[in-house]
Amino acid sequence: MTQSSTYPATPHGVLNTGVNTGKLGMWVFLASEIMFFTALIGSYIVLRLGADSWPVPGDYLAVPVLAVNTFVLITSSVTMVKAVQAFDAGDNDRSARLLLLTALLGCVFLTIKLWDYNHMIHNEFKINTNLLGSIYYFLTGFHGLHVLGGVISLLVIRSGVKSGKLLGGQHFRVEGVGLYWHFVDLIWIVLFAILCLV
Amino acid sequence: MSDHHAPQSLLSRVFSTDHKVIARQYLYLGLVGLLVAGLFALMIRWQLAYPGDAFPILGNLFWGETNGVMPPEFYNMLFTMHGAMMVFFAITPIVIGAFGNFAIPLQLGADDMAFPVVNMLSFWVMFLGAVIMTISFFVPGGAAGGGWTAYPPLSGVANYGVGHGASLWLLGIAFAGTSSLLGAVNYVVTTLNMRCAGMTLMRMPLAVWGLFCTSVLNLLWVPVVAAALFMMFMDRTAGTAFFLAGPGSLFAEGGALAGQSGGQPLLFQHLFWGFGHPEVYILIFPVWGLVGDLLSTFSRKPAFGYKATVLSMITILFLSQIVWGHHMFTSGMSPLLGTAFTFLTITISVPTAIFFLNWLCTIWRGSLRFTPPMLFALGVVFVFGIGGLTGLFLALQALDIWLHDTYFVVGHFHFTLAASVFFGTFAGVYYWFPKMFGKRMNQSLGKWHFYLSFVSLTFVFFMMMYIGATGAHPRRIADPTVYNFLGPFQDANVLIGWGAQFLGVVQLIFVWNFFTSIRSGEPASDNPWEASSLEWVAPTPPPHGNFPVAPTVHRGPHEYNAPETGERGWLTQAEPSA
Ligand SMILES: [Cu+2]
Repeated sequence: MTQSSTYPATPHGVLNTGVNTGKLGMWVFLASEIMFFTALIGSYIVLRLGADSWPVPGDYLAVPVLAVNTFVLITSSVTMVKAVQAFDAGDNDRSARLLLLTALLGCVFLTIKLWDYNHMIHNEFKINTNLLGSIYYFLTGFHGLHVLGGVISLLVIRSGVKSGKLLGGQHFRVEGVGLYWHFVDLIWIVLFAILCLV
Repeated sequence: MSDHHAPQSLLSRVFSTDHKVIARQYLYLGLVGLLVAGLFALMIRWQLAYPGDAFPILGNLFWGETNGVMPPEFYNMLFTMHGAMMVFFAITPIVIGAFGNFAIPLQLGADDMAFPVVNMLSFWVMFLGAVIMTISFFVPGGAAGGGWTAYPPLSGVANYGVGHGASLWLLGIAFAGTSSLLGAVNYVVTTLNMRCAGMTLMRMPLAVWGLFCTSVLNLLWVPVVAAALFMMFMDRTAGTAFFLAGPGSLFAEGGALAGQSGGQPLLFQHLFWGFGHPEVYILIFPVWGLVGDLLSTFSRKPAFGYKATVLSMITILFLSQIVWGHHMFTSGMSPLLGTAFTFLTITISVPTAIFFLNWLCTIWRGSLRFTPPMLFALGVVFVFGIGGLTGLFLALQALDIWLHDTYFVVGHFHFTLAASVFFGTFAGVYYWFPKMFGKRMNQSLGKWHFYLSFVSLTFVFFMMMYIGATGAHPRRIADPTVYNFLGPFQDANVLIGWGAQFLGVVQLIFVWNFFTSIRSGEPASDNPWEASSLEWVAPTPPPHGNFPVAPTVHRGPHEYNAPETGERGWLTQAEPSA
């Protein structure tokens, strides 16, 4: 985001709205993501209400394991908040450590998720077993991809923070990844509630 | 972005993050898409004109066993790919990708898009989508043949009708959608946050307003259709049954769909049209905006009711999201719900009429300059007027059940969207060509291109409405002559066929003009149209970073012959008052 001596004549990012361009972009992108998951969750509701009968989720899904996973992801949101705070306080080292911890918690989540898939497939509960299976794998699969994207973003942003390339002026980059991470966390809580508990 | 003067390697030119380069890449991709999808249309019309006859050229090459007659499966593939490629790989890259990328930063006085790297990615994601679509023609079974709406259940089954072509089709459109999404994030943020000093929202050219509304709809509804496409992809490849209901003979033991059931085909229709109706506005908003600007510029008058035009576009943006049910009147929908959708759909004609009348008032008693962009803009006014009026018929539940799936719908749709966007494409290309390439296109060839296109296109789509208005001629059949009751229409089909071929040949004028002008057109001045929006203030063609000196905006986008413009009668937005 540095400016060369002659160009651009118009500084990049005039901020007519007063909101940082990167942050605005992240919010706009998240609006789109919300519509995506709304469509998925809405389809689930329609399919479930339209079905003649619906299996008891607990008969197929490892609910206690998924509850632990929920806890892992919520914890990672806390470490994310701390990482942004540390970055704002100018403590890049601490911020980088917390970002790494957040990414690791994301990896723990994904590992448990893969174990969960593996376990279920082993028990002959697959994506084409019934509608619950289709929806479970499809929704949590897309969510898992989002977690993976989040982990990669966290690692990228962490290297910037650790090397000191990212300074206070680029606050929005860390905050933007944080926004995305909280969003992914929130989606999981919703998915866990409607898939496993209802 | 750090260094705008670095020497350019081939790689950095191909994977450029400059919005003007990306705009040209989109333009080329879109024009190729237009050519391919247009050829499909010509083949469709030839088949309908002479069904049962050996098809010229292709018949000898591919269909020896039927004596050169086009097989119905191939016809299905043609009209499916015609629709899908026109929408996602011709119109979208041209009016949104090329025009949006070129116009938004320049007209707002910005140095580039808000996120140049994301911008580059959005083009290459669309390019990948186009590659996937191209590959789909060459897999066993050929490209998708389920219609551009791809209604389940048949489209959701792996080995029913077509093979992997339909799965690739779903992927290709998902890529195009992702590209639109990335572009939309850029357009929205650039418009909100990157305007130069003095460029208030209400001083933006209407083209930017149109592109902004388009992007908002893209952001909200592309993810919805993406979800539906992915679900259908899973139905086809992973054995799920999101859109496959049972029971029925197809679903019984030993049937094609055995083992897959419990889902809801209608859910797909809702998701698809939830996106599909906003999609027509996604495609036409940029053209509406551009036409508003062009009518003003070439009438040398301020756009009549600028604020009302902007507000009516925003109103339509909201209304367009709650009318999708008018595509599903024949799906078994409750007539009461259908009435609600009829009412909401008719409501859209109020804001539409407001901006349409604003167009007419803009040209009323203006000093009209009939340049090629102006002629094409006037063409849009005409075809969109016809399309809008015939849309009222289809909004009415009772009439729609009669007209559903006939050529009346095809004619209406092509006037409203296809012809409007087709003319809008050329209006934009003729208008921005001098700024894009630094050369002028041949003006009299441009006018001939318009007149001949206008006559043949209007004829073709009027005839379609005529053969469909009886409620008889369905749009899906490959050979109308197998039905006795369609006999009286065959002469009309022949006329449409020849009209369409003529329309196709006329486009060669444009192709010739486009390429010879790039090579050897006369050099363009900075502001050949005496227009006032900011892109004409920038050097020609604009360098990296666009403006050597940051512009400051003093007035609205089209204050032609307003008192402050003095003797010359016009001022750019960046010039102080005379
Ligand atoms: Cu519609």
